[in-house]
Amino acid sequence: MALELYLDLYSQPCRSVYIFAKKNNIPFDLRRLSLLDGEQYGEEFGKINMIRKAPALRDGDFCLAESIAILLYLAEKFQTPDFWYPADLQQRARVNEYLSWQHMAIRMHGSKMFWLRLLIPKVLGVEVPQDKLDAALEDLNGSLKLIEEKFLQDRPFIAGDHISLADLVAIVEVMQPVGSGLDVFEGDPS
Amino acid sequence: MELYLDMHSPPCRLVFLFAKAVGIPFEFKHVELSAGQHYSEEFGKISMIRKVPVMKDGSFILTESIAILKYMVQKYSSSVADHWYPADLQQRARVNEYLSWQHMNIRAHASKVFLLRAVFPVIMGSEVPKEKMDAAVEDLNQSLNLLEEKFLENKQFIVGDKISLADIVALIEVMQPLGTGLNVFEGRPKLSAWRERVKKELGEKLFDEAHEVIMKVGSLPEKMQNNSQLEMLRPKFQKLFR
Repeated sequence: MALELYLDLYSQPCRSVYIFAKKNNIPFDLRRLSLLDGEQYGEEFGKINMIRKAPALRDGDFCLAESIAILLYLAEKFQTPDFWYPADLQQRARVNEYLSWQHMAIRMHGSKMFWLRLLIPKVLGVEVPQDKLDAALEDLNGSLKLIEEKFLQDRPFIAGDHISLADLVAIVEVMQPVGSGLDVFEGDPS
Repeated sequence: MELYLDMHSPPCRLVFLFAKAVGIPFEFKHVELSAGQHYSEEFGKISMIRKVPVMKDGSFILTESIAILKYMVQKYSSSVADHWYPADLQQRARVNEYLSWQHMNIRAHASKVFLLRAVFPVIMGSEVPKEKMDAAVEDLNQSLNLLEEKFLENKQFIVGDKISLADIVALIEVMQPLGTGLNVFEGRPKLSAWRERVKKELGEKLFDEAHEVIMKVGSLPEKMQNNSQLEMLRPKFQKLFR
């Protein structure tokens, strides 16, 4: 049985897993999951991932949740090129540092913008108070600033000269608010 | 190796506990968060994110407790036993799964409950609104349910028979609201039994030493009230209570 990946491409963590697997020619069966339709609450999916979130991986009997864990599992199992998750102590630490920081920062803030600008008003039809939008934008800008000033600085990529899992995880999160019409790259050449 | 720590902070405690438990030598550099020391110019040169813990190994500076733990495991791989971060693909994935999930779940909710109970009244000058407190406790309970049902199940530890980084990270976060008088272990015999196992593996004396400060957190509000930095810290805390 081939490796299965349960993904909804609206979801940033799903996109990072999808891109990584495709880029590294990792064979998998794509199992599309529609979060907006509540498919994560189905009985079948509950057996794969009790946390009821996407992405999820099933490799034979082994089920795994959490995109970071899935990315690291795929990198190790399929022995992807070193630069994705460098063996070097300090470079690996830089990648781990970003992967840890991003949960409560850019991931949270990018998602919030997506919800406040798109899902809530357009899908749920509920108006969002301006002060909430302003506060969310301030948080998002704070995170973007830290990505530039602390994680990138004057390097081409987060860990140095090569792309790594950190950049992949970062870019899918930063792209999320763009989908709701907020150009986060405007005025920001780096 | 220098570790910049405030023992009120769970990520600091877990880095401290792990390093001590496996015998990694380090110099303890105290950062008093309630006095706003993390906003000082000096600390800003160490870490512009202005959070703790921070590790300084020679000229290499690293933030984020999870990254620091993995760094320690890798650097001292010859002396750190495999079970802490198993080389086995699936076991390691289980540890990573927990370490990833916990940020927005146990960590977020346990910290929120702690902050609401210990710090909110000082910062906001009023009691916590009941609905806010109830919602935070409910979120924490949901996370604890998942910890028991999905991550522990009927195993001795999160990964299986042996303790790993996941158990330390989990337990230390769960301990956070305890000092404020909220006994999260009440009515949870499975969780309590696991706590005892983890404490035993780490060393009870060491565990209690690491938690001394957080268990005496009753004195924190007074300490903050008398602090000249309170006005500077107030808006930063207010954001957390939004």
